[in-house]
Amino acid sequence: MRAAMQRFARNRMAVLGALVIGGVVVLTVTAPLLYPAGAFTLAGPPLQPPGARFLLGTDALGRDVAAGVVQGARTSLLIGLSAALSAVLFGSLIGALAGYYRGAVDIVLMRLTEFFQTIPAFLLAMLLVVIMSPSVLSVIIAISAVSWPGIARLVRGEFVALGGREFVLASIGLGASGPRIIFRHLLPNCVSSIIAIGSLLVASAILLESGLAFLGLGDPNVMSWGLLISAGRVTLRSAWWVCTFPGIAILLTVLSINLIGDGLNEALNPRLRER
Amino acid sequence: MSDAVLDIADLTIGLPPGADRASAVQGMNLVLRAGEVTCLVGESGSGKSLAARAVLGLLPPRVGVAAGSIMFEGQDLTKATPAQLAKIRGARIGMIFQEPMTALNPLHSIGRQIEEVLSIHTPLDRKARRDKVVALLADVHLPEPARIARSFPHQLSGGQRQRAMIAMALALDPKLLIADEPTTALDVTTQAQILHLIHDLQRSHGTAVLFITHDFGVVADIADQVAVLQRGVLVEAGPRDAVLDNPQHPYTQALLAAVPRLVVPQRAPQQPGIVMLESIKARKEYRQRALLGRGRTTVALDGVSVALRRGETLGLVGESGSGKSTLARAMTRLLSIDSGDIVLDGDEITRTPQRLMRPHRQKIQMIFQDPYASLNPRQKVVDVIAEGPIIHGLPRAEAEARARELLGLVGLDPSAADRFPHEFSGGQRQRIGIARALALRPQVLVADEPVSALDVSVQAQVLALLADIKARLHLSLLFVTHDLRVALQICDRIAVMRQGAIVELADTADIYHAPQHPYTKALFAAVPGAAWLQKEAAHAAP
Repeated sequence: MRAAMQRFARNRMAVLGALVIGGVVVLTVTAPLLYPAGAFTLAGPPLQPPGARFLLGTDALGRDVAAGVVQGARTSLLIGLSAALSAVLFGSLIGALAGYYRGAVDIVLMRLTEFFQTIPAFLLAMLLVVIMSPSVLSVIIAISAVSWPGIARLVRGEFVALGGREFVLASIGLGASGPRIIFRHLLPNCVSSIIAIGSLLVASAILLESGLAFLGLGDPNVMSWGLLISAGRVTLRSAWWVCTFPGIAILLTVLSINLIGDGLNEALNPRLRER
Repeated sequence: MSDAVLDIADLTIGLPPGADRASAVQGMNLVLRAGEVTCLVGESGSGKSLAARAVLGLLPPRVGVAAGSIMFEGQDLTKATPAQLAKIRGARIGMIFQEPMTALNPLHSIGRQIEEVLSIHTPLDRKARRDKVVALLADVHLPEPARIARSFPHQLSGGQRQRAMIAMALALDPKLLIADEPTTALDVTTQAQILHLIHDLQRSHGTAVLFITHDFGVVADIADQVAVLQRGVLVEAGPRDAVLDNPQHPYTQALLAAVPRLVVPQRAPQQPGIVMLESIKARKEYRQRALLGRGRTTVALDGVSVALRRGETLGLVGESGSGKSTLARAMTRLLSIDSGDIVLDGDEITRTPQRLMRPHRQKIQMIFQDPYASLNPRQKVVDVIAEGPIIHGLPRAEAEARARELLGLVGLDPSAADRFPHEFSGGQRQRIGIARALALRPQVLVADEPVSALDVSVQAQVLALLADIKARLHLSLLFVTHDLRVALQICDRIAVMRQGAIVELADTADIYHAPQHPYTKALFAAVPGAAWLQKEAAHAAP
């Protein structure tokens, strides 16, 4: 693991990404100190351009854009991380069962996975949020529901590849039960791939969340980047700053997470580099 | 016959920082002469393959020639440009690799791949190239060369693929042929044929051959000159008979002493014990489903009946595809059979479901072939060994104590317990695998090619350990191997398998002195270095 961290530290782009995400995390933590009034308060006159009083200007209702961006960061990270985490857990479980037991279990689970993969992810997420009524929890559920199939296929593939290895046969020979082989022997050997792909899921979850919020399907009581862009959309020509700054925030965050993900992938699977 | 084709002088190959030593090859001097086979012998990690790749200018990234020269036809290959090397490779220097399946492109027919060599290096037109390909394939004694030329690599057997590789390497009549363990992946009988072929072709073409091998039996069969490499240093070089019969360097002496002899060691006669493990008419088929019509059926086990008695070592000997590993796995219930019965210590376990197998698992344990794949890389050694007892309900503390005790029994340091498998060498890992198998205190051990992935000196140690443990713990041992030499060393009885059936089963001494089945005789004749080994054995006998 230490060697992997060293390899990660040698990857400049990945370290840059980690620094940006570190900055975003610091912002979310210090948000209540920076903007104690919150993002929904009317802080001043509407549509003020960026300046000394309002660093990033104000929107059509006179809310501070800077406060919105900082508060939105918390929503994005929270939803991105929890959606990715639950997708990874669920996808790993499905993939593990399919890859270990094979046969009928495999066929049923993989057809289910394909069913989810063939429906456009964003439409399905929208549908799920509408059915469950918009809230932070429903957005998380909807995003993880459309994100797990990739992980499931990955884990299944790794399991199938590892299944014939002699250490698995040795465990069967010792009398080990199925769950023991799955959780003690097979899953730990896929962890590095799961971490690498899972980190990329965080980025796509943030994008999905922004998209949902932009369409008004986010939690209306929670400030998010998508909501800000949605609010600024009508004044795009007269007040460019309302949409632009949350957009830049999304761009930077998603890009940085992708860089970290690639860095992790290379650091944890060093064989990829030599190909 | 004495003109030098290749002159390697003072060759040093540097390794990247962080490797186990500074240079893969250190100050190597070697001269190859036309019409002679020079065997470069060494154990894994000795740098023998890197030395050969340096000649071809094919060193892996971050590894480079640090000093010295490689003179070939008046040109220093270490200073040649990639374009110059490309002209030489294939045309002036031919090469054969260990694994013909990966060295051939699976998407191109054999003929097309040989033709490619001709079209790169010669002005021949298409028709002339085609004819030449068929002639070349006929030269390496492939049946129906025209059909083989149209075949794809997966349609040929391992031996046929290696013949095709040789045809390709010799297509342009090179001055030098580099063969990197070309027979290691082949069965013994095929190996013997390929060695003959290389020998004949090399004599008739006057080619110099650099033959890399780890097997002294192969050396005895094919070499004119021998060079022994130990951790990158050439410790001994000279004519074959001088090196084999009168080795000067202690390392060469140790290597030669470790080569399993073709003799049956004296053993105290045993009382036949009761039957511990038996297979009765076991049958296993693999069906390949085809898109249309009926698929092919491969019979892996064709009604095999064999019994392992208490306290004996029974060898299962055969070539790849003979069904010996299938039988071993079927008898440990790691594989189900289609019909027949498996009886362990009086209990019929053929169709016992996996979850009810647990009490039986305690009696029978397996040791695997590949010391790298058979240990979970994410588990500490102590957890690897303690896992069995924990599954069978022993408290963790006791299981770990037993694991540490076993490390001593298999000759490892107690400090090994808290390290991970990748920190150990192949032989040490195999000891860990043995300790894992012993942790359940089984009565029957099934060892599937436990030493075939190990260097010869390590092989001898692991075999000695197995024999010692078997005697001390009164175990019964089913020993699967492709190597008759190893089987003679360790087994009380030997069963020779071929195409899913046992063709001969007899006491080791009987099978050695008077093999009955023609296939057994062929196996004995194909043992690499058989003549030399018999001479050695005669010397050793009082």
